Amino acid sequence: MTTTLIPVVAALVLLTAVYISWRAGRLDRLHIRLELARESLDAALVRRTAVALELAASRLLDPATSLVLAAAAHEARTAGPEEREHAESDLSGALRAVVDQERFRDRLADTPAGAALLEELGTAVAKVLYSRRFYNNAVGVTRTAQRRWLARTLRLAGHTAYPDFFEIDDAPPKALGVE
Amino acid sequence: MRIGIVCPYTWDVPGGVQVHIRDLAEALIKEGHQVSVIAPAADNAPLPPYVTSVGRAVPVPFNGSVARLSFGFLSAGRVRRWVREGRFDVLHVHEPAVPSVGLLACWVARGPIVATFHASFERSRTLSVTTPVLMSALEKIAGRIAVSDAARKTLVEFIGGDAVLIPNGVAVSRYVHAEPLPGWDGGEVIGFLGRMDEPRKGLPVLLEAFALLAADRPKLRLLIAGPGDAREVLDRVPARLHDRIGLLGLVSEEDKVRAYHSVDVFCAPNLGGESFGIVLTEAMSAGAAILASDIPAFRKVLGDGQAGALFATGDAGALAREAAALLDDPHRRAKLSDEARQAVRKYDWSTVARDVLRVYETVASTAGVEEDDVP
Repeated sequence: MTTTLIPVVAALVLLTAVYISWRAGRLDRLHIRLELARESLDAALVRRTAVALELAASRLLDPATSLVLAAAAHEARTAGPEEREHAESDLSGALRAVVDQERFRDRLADTPAGAALLEELGTAVAKVLYSRRFYNNAVGVTRTAQRRWLARTLRLAGHTAYPDFFEIDDAPPKALGVE
Repeated sequence: MRIGIVCPYTWDVPGGVQVHIRDLAEALIKEGHQVSVIAPAADNAPLPPYVTSVGRAVPVPFNGSVARLSFGFLSAGRVRRWVREGRFDVLHVHEPAVPSVGLLACWVARGPIVATFHASFERSRTLSVTTPVLMSALEKIAGRIAVSDAARKTLVEFIGGDAVLIPNGVAVSRYVHAEPLPGWDGGEVIGFLGRMDEPRKGLPVLLEAFALLAADRPKLRLLIAGPGDAREVLDRVPARLHDRIGLLGLVSEEDKVRAYHSVDVFCAPNLGGESFGIVLTEAMSAGAAILASDIPAFRKVLGDGQAGALFATGDAGALAREAAALLDDPHRRAKLSDEARQAVRKYDWSTVARDVLRVYETVASTAGVEEDDVP
């Protein structure tokens, strides 16, 4: 009796082990994807702030517009983790207010330096939009995977924190023609 | 950038996804990027230099129609070798939820993978049943693109998560100039382009409207370009109107452009399901006055009726009324034509390729695309 049971039990143990390691491997991959997505989101936000500051300092704008942009970009750059979502949303709002001014785009596009800045701003704004959506997708899958019974019981996620969505208003200025 | 693009459908059979990939690849190559496309193809099919064949595709019933797909260990092996030798910075997979080369590529590769979702449907039993099987492959995708709101909605509903919207492009310059087809440069002509035997394209609605209109308008003719059974089409209209209908069958790329330039009103009577109006953007590039059914995708492309007239979907009476109004008003036709040429610019491939490239740059990492050791 016991002699027939041993291989069965051994096989069961082996299968369970394989399954658990497969699930752990999957979670590990998801964490790597999440980290990369977070990095590219951070890079995109930093870049957008930099372009906004450059535009503010370009002497192509009137001083009031420059100040609106520079102030919002400065807030975004210096915000702590708690205020970051707010500050980045405010920068989106400032960019819309500035770029969607009547004839702003046409006037800026008249100079070579202005045209280059517009192009750069378009790219930066689009990348924030894209990377944030990709990051939130990664957060969604990772959260679902971490919440699974097996992952919780065996602590497959290790010390990795339960990830948070990054929620900001990133609607681009209409005049940039992004999305 | 070194870019690998994966096409799920047979390269040498015309289709929306194939055309999309060809135009995207050529726009990226023009920008100076290195692009390699892998696709199923017939053994002796002539392929452009940037396309690698994964072998022949097999016709299989999938999601309500018959699709030519490529799957199995042999195909997987070829995709794996292509990934290994390509050393891509980014892998761009099309329709990864279709059991073909795209899904295989997600399986054998890891790193920066971008996927584009083209199809849209109201219901998909196949997709909801197979989602768990697809999950581990789909989880590898770092950036997702949908070509229309409808495709994005389908993705959100059946797979979950979100995508960025980058619409299909059209090679506008290919359509701008052409001579009308011989014998079609006079009178009043309404045009249709698409498969005659696919009910969703809505040709029966147009035929019914044509019969209504033709009684009062002796000069009116109908030009139809697209594959299908001619007999079946003619059976739907009274015999006395047969000589006023021109059936071109499957046309060459060149004749297609000439067809757009031969019509006074271009009609797209689709009943639904169109994830993006590629035919519509072609007609817009050619500057045709457009009359299209009021489905969401068309409404959007035509800017709520600014760049083309809309009629109640499936309603032959409404189509006939609108068409008559357009035929009688050359000024309005000219205005619609101008608006269409303007509106189509944002769908030009140069704009679309720039947006796709931004997605590539967003997900790209230093390691690039690698062969995946598991499984």
